[in-house]
Amino acid sequence: MKLRHIGAEFKVVYRSYARNPVALFFSLVFPIILISLFGLIFSSVGSSPAALYVVNDDQGSAVSGAFLSALSNTTVVSVHVVQVNASGFASWLGQNDYPVGLLIPAGFAENYTHNRTVNVTVFTDPADAASSGAVLGAVQGVVNEFNLHSACGLRPSCPTVVGIQLANVGSPVYKYIDYLIPGLIGFSILTSPMFSLVDVSSSYRKEGIFRQLSLTPLTRSEWLAARVVWYVLLTFISAGIMIGAGIGLFGAHVTLTLGVLPFLVVGPFFFVSLGMLCGSAARTPESAALIGNIVTFPMMFLSGTFFTVSSFPPGLQTFAHVLPLYYVIDGLNQVMLFANAGRALVDLLVVLVSSVVVFVAAVRLFKWRDE
Amino acid sequence: MPAAVEVDGLVKRYGSLAAVGGIRFEVAPGTVFAFLGPNGAGKTTTVEILEGLRRASAGTVRVLGLDPWREGEALHRRIGVIPQEFRFFEKITVREAIEYYRSLFGTAVDPGHLLARVELLDKANARFDTLSGGQKQKLGLALSLTNEPEICFLDEPTTGLDPHARRAIWSVIRSLRKEGRTVFLTTHYLEEAQLLADQVAIIHRGRIIASGTPEEIIRTHGRPSRLRIDGPPAVADLLRRELGLAARADAGHVEIELSDKHDALRILAAIDRSGLRWDRVATEDDTLEDVFVRLVGQMDEGTLKSEAPA
Repeated sequence: MKLRHIGAEFKVVYRSYARNPVALFFSLVFPIILISLFGLIFSSVGSSPAALYVVNDDQGSAVSGAFLSALSNTTVVSVHVVQVNASGFASWLGQNDYPVGLLIPAGFAENYTHNRTVNVTVFTDPADAASSGAVLGAVQGVVNEFNLHSACGLRPSCPTVVGIQLANVGSPVYKYIDYLIPGLIGFSILTSPMFSLVDVSSSYRKEGIFRQLSLTPLTRSEWLAARVVWYVLLTFISAGIMIGAGIGLFGAHVTLTLGVLPFLVVGPFFFVSLGMLCGSAARTPESAALIGNIVTFPMMFLSGTFFTVSSFPPGLQTFAHVLPLYYVIDGLNQVMLFANAGRALVDLLVVLVSSVVVFVAAVRLFKWRDE
Repeated sequence: MPAAVEVDGLVKRYGSLAAVGGIRFEVAPGTVFAFLGPNGAGKTTTVEILEGLRRASAGTVRVLGLDPWREGEALHRRIGVIPQEFRFFEKITVREAIEYYRSLFGTAVDPGHLLARVELLDKANARFDTLSGGQKQKLGLALSLTNEPEICFLDEPTTGLDPHARRAIWSVIRSLRKEGRTVFLTTHYLEEAQLLADQVAIIHRGRIIASGTPEEIIRTHGRPSRLRIDGPPAVADLLRRELGLAARADAGHVEIELSDKHDALRILAAIDRSGLRWDRVATEDDTLEDVFVRLVGQMDEGTLKSEAPA
């Protein structure tokens, strides 16, 4: 491979693309439309009073009962008392995707009536500032009221009777938009190179452009490499746009670390090669489009693009695990949401190994010239 | 000097169909070689085998001493090719296309100079999809020259072009020859071959039916020169009667085959003596086109054998 050749070919790809408004629309504007559409559809869900799950270890006391009804009266939260062990409450909240919880300790009434300091614990999810803020505000208001009305009252020598202790829920809770960003980045890593390469590889052959190129020193790997470079660049731009739109328009919480980058490189590498493979396997541009669609469409919806794979029925989940895009999106989720580097690395390896296999297969199957 | 192109016993089969059925020819370096034939004769198949785009089923092919199929990479640096109906990246401009080829071949040719040579400089910044057929073909020609090739393969470079564009391409072909490059031209415009080619081979149904210089082919396969005199049918009767010549009368003129050029003088003297009315006098010779049409026709009737492989 010669860099000069790849550079020359890259210019051709970039110019052909930049001068094609339809391609630009689908790569750069379409993702914003998708993110806005799905963001709007799903972000409206759950904007009613934040559900506050409460463990009351001071059962039966009038004081804790009064505390909870005061919270309900704020209308900011809806109180749901649950029977969960206090020590396991944080992880229980996390498992159930509940962003906020409240623990009233045993002896709350006893301490309160004797002016002894007692703390309630508010569990919040730092990633969900909206719910946490609302709940904390409501709890703080009720606590202040209880302190004013304590037996000690407003005397300066009085200690603060009720305090608030903060804790995090067991694991962070994510909003739909948080999953949607890695999903849609995966979506554009899949669609832009696949559709373009399937089309280009079959139509260039039909028009004799490959034969023309075979008469130059450009090699097939260089030709493909130039396209990988272009789609990696395009992916960086479109991922940047989607992350910007997700955070700016919908307040998404994603972590941007360097760990995102390998997926933005290996993903396009894989799908450029796969597009080439599909295009080369077909004899005509029409059958190439058909093969391309058969390969692309299941991945478009079943790899965790718009809906998380864990929400699928078990059979469909198994199917998702054979789709290469699943590993790209899962990897992005692990890096951007869960900070799970180990699993991300496994995902990356799966995509990388598949990419090398598909790239080699594509270069071998893809013929410049006929026998 | 070794031949630029050597072909011996070349066969190309597609399934049971033999597109090329055992042909042999050589092209001397620095000459223009025209490969003629009706559509479907096997011209393009042969050219593509020479360019290394197709694999021969049997026979030997050497271009610049290289096997085009096995040593294509080395060969492609030394040859230039315009395929039939040249196509390129639609959104790329003419100048960008030249620069692209220049980077691929690593040559330092000046794009402006190259475009001026093919009369395309005024379209340097036009995108490929806005070019006319002739302009596209000229770009193809310019691209094929980016690597300063020793042999240029031009597959029907002027098909469908207007006379002006055709002449522009002819003038480039002539200048290539002057520079000592070999030109391998396929065409079905016989006049083009007659005008440009040093050597011609006519292929039909996968076999070569005539080869040599255009003059040699006409001499070997053409009819004798003819004398044509505008005048009444009585002139033909007179010549048959007095000179025993096979004169043919046709709408307002008389035609006599000249097996001996001195017959022309006797014919004119006889007519003059007779007092019959006569007018314009001309001699007519077969063109390459006449020969071509007749050879192809004879072969289709089964009355002509292909040239025996020497």
